[in-house]
Amino acid sequence: MASTTPRSSSARGAAKAKSVIPTLGWDAATVAPVVLVTGSEGFLADRVSASLRDQLRAVDPNVEVHDIDATDYAYGTLMSLASPSLFGEPRLIRASNVEKCNDEFLEDALAYIEATDSDTTLVLRHAGGVRGKRLLDQIRAGVGGGIEIACAEIKSDADKHDFSVAEFRRSGRSITPGAVRALVSAFSSSASELANACAQLMADAEGDIDERVVEQYYGGRVETTAFKVADFAVSGRRGDALVALRHALDSGADPVPIVATFASKLRLMVKVWGDRRSAQELAGLVGAAPWQIDRARRDLQSGWDEPGLRRAILSIAEADANVKGASRDPVYSIEHMIEVVANFGRD
Amino acid sequence: MSVWDDLVGQEEAISRFRTAASDSRALAHSWLITGPPGSGRSNLAYAFASALLCRSGGCGECPDCRQVAARTHPDLSALATERVIISIDEVRALVTTAQFGPRVAKYRVVVIEDADRMVERTSNVLLKALEEPPEGTIWILCAPSEADLLPTIRSRVRSVRLTVPSINDVANLIVGRTGVAYEVAERAARHAQSHVGMATRLCTNDLAAARRDETVRRALSVKNVRDAVFVAARLLEIATEDAKALTEEKDALEVEETRRAFGLAVEDSIPAGMRATFRSLEEQQKRRETRSLRDGLDRILVDLSSVFRDVLLLQLGVRDGIINVEYLSDLEPFAAALTARTALDVTDAIMTARHRIAGNVSPVLALEAMMIVSTPRVAA
Repeated sequence: MASTTPRSSSARGAAKAKSVIPTLGWDAATVAPVVLVTGSEGFLADRVSASLRDQLRAVDPNVEVHDIDATDYAYGTLMSLASPSLFGEPRLIRASNVEKCNDEFLEDALAYIEATDSDTTLVLRHAGGVRGKRLLDQIRAGVGGGIEIACAEIKSDADKHDFSVAEFRRSGRSITPGAVRALVSAFSSSASELANACAQLMADAEGDIDERVVEQYYGGRVETTAFKVADFAVSGRRGDALVALRHALDSGADPVPIVATFASKLRLMVKVWGDRRSAQELAGLVGAAPWQIDRARRDLQSGWDEPGLRRAILSIAEADANVKGASRDPVYSIEHMIEVVANFGRD
Repeated sequence: MSVWDDLVGQEEAISRFRTAASDSRALAHSWLITGPPGSGRSNLAYAFASALLCRSGGCGECPDCRQVAARTHPDLSALATERVIISIDEVRALVTTAQFGPRVAKYRVVVIEDADRMVERTSNVLLKALEEPPEGTIWILCAPSEADLLPTIRSRVRSVRLTVPSINDVANLIVGRTGVAYEVAERAARHAQSHVGMATRLCTNDLAAARRDETVRRALSVKNVRDAVFVAARLLEIATEDAKALTEEKDALEVEETRRAFGLAVEDSIPAGMRATFRSLEEQQKRRETRSLRDGLDRILVDLSSVFRDVLLLQLGVRDGIINVEYLSDLEPFAAALTARTALDVTDAIMTARHRIAGNVSPVLALEAMMIVSTPRVAA
């Protein structure tokens, strides 16, 4: 079954070498006296904690659930919540923000894992960082008989692709590759939105899910960024740039950073204009990475000349003034700027 | 010696104020002093304040005059800002103090140095106070021009316009104050276009002079779009350095003083309860930095406009009154390579850039657009 955990970051490699406890993927979470939930993908961590609660409820419906915030923890809370109760119900204690915990929490948690309670499951949510490292090291060294669940960030398009395929497979549904591609491009900014979209499709659509179904539900929605708009415009693709602009504005982009993106792109193009030195040599001089310089050179070859660059920069400067209050309609100002830039600055 | 001695080329304005200070029939209750930056608006305002508060009409030596010079006189309230705008709360507080009668002198004097830095809402707070101040309260506002103020303010004040002092006057003043050679003072006065403060800085601060020199040389070296973008980046750096030179030392000193006031040693960390104070101090310093950077850019734009004014003069065959005579060998080929129309366009573009920077457009973009205007060359 495809899962995101095999990709978990190599940055934690050193810590893992010392770890003697099992490290599981988020979809394989099981109950243990201490469950350490690491990684920066918050919504996966939420799923883990919900899944642990459901597993415990399945065993005993009377399970007591306590949520504590490690940032404003008071001495003794953990001990009093974990101490055996009169009727011996199992207890689930979920501590959030362990990466920002106060000293009191750290002390109590370190003491608790030395002598865990057999009826209690302690879930520690640590989103990354060095705070509480001693506690993490102890747990990873096997104190308290814990397990670690890694919720690595779902970042690249490939990760998102794998994640959505797994979502459908888990509930025994099938989806065509084209439909997955359409879904991922419609929800490219946040993994939790992607997960919700998958859940929505599974609940509403019957049978196999193909591109037609995705189109019906999320038709035309494409999340795009200011960079894509600028990329289209400088390579002369006027129509694509205008469509991308509308998508960007609809999915939350602000006019001001869009103009700033155009400005920085054109600025770099002008800086490398007519300079035959290698990208490595130029990098320091123009203040950009070599790949950006190569990209700017490719853009320049699509039809730019010097008077065009001049007019494009003048029009961007005007648009910047306009989106900052000099005109009433910021979107029109941007469209006008795109017209000029996509026409390589010609009339 | 008298308080009027340090002002150059403003004989007419001085004689009006002297009459007003000595003859209560000629004394209006609200005054507005307008004139170009560096012509001595605020100095004149305080000289007038001294003349009103001093028992011998502005001797410059008595305790009253010295207290005015130190802005500590009990009957003087002064408002100036190191930020971009004057806040409405500051003005409200000033209006309240203006209602009190004088304590030791015959008058209570209220000075607002940067009256052009008030937004409309803030200006409106002043209207009532300016129109009918209590007996003995005299308002003095300073602004670059009457157009910077609301018509409702303009109609409530008596306006006194300052003239641009001649280069010769400014140079003589600087020689008298700092003792530099006349040639150095004359060049600085010319480069600063009679701005007394700027000219003094150019004479006494080598770095400031070097920054101006680089600004002019860079602007004249622009040949194509690519140069224009690089020069714009460099100009912004120059302005930032200039602004930092003025604020950095002050910032560090203020933080140190605040730490001392709270009894914190250098190595102590700031306790949570005191952080808010330091944060608000940082915010204030940040606002001052914004203003300072804008002023730095403004100085550069003024220098550039003098350059393109010279270019235009050369193109029209006028050789008198060139400001940047020292750069004539660079100016002449530059003027020959440009049409007069382009030179005029650049002058307009400089004004546009000033407006845009004031309107929060990214400074580097505004400067790029300005420098780019100068790139079209006449066919050789």
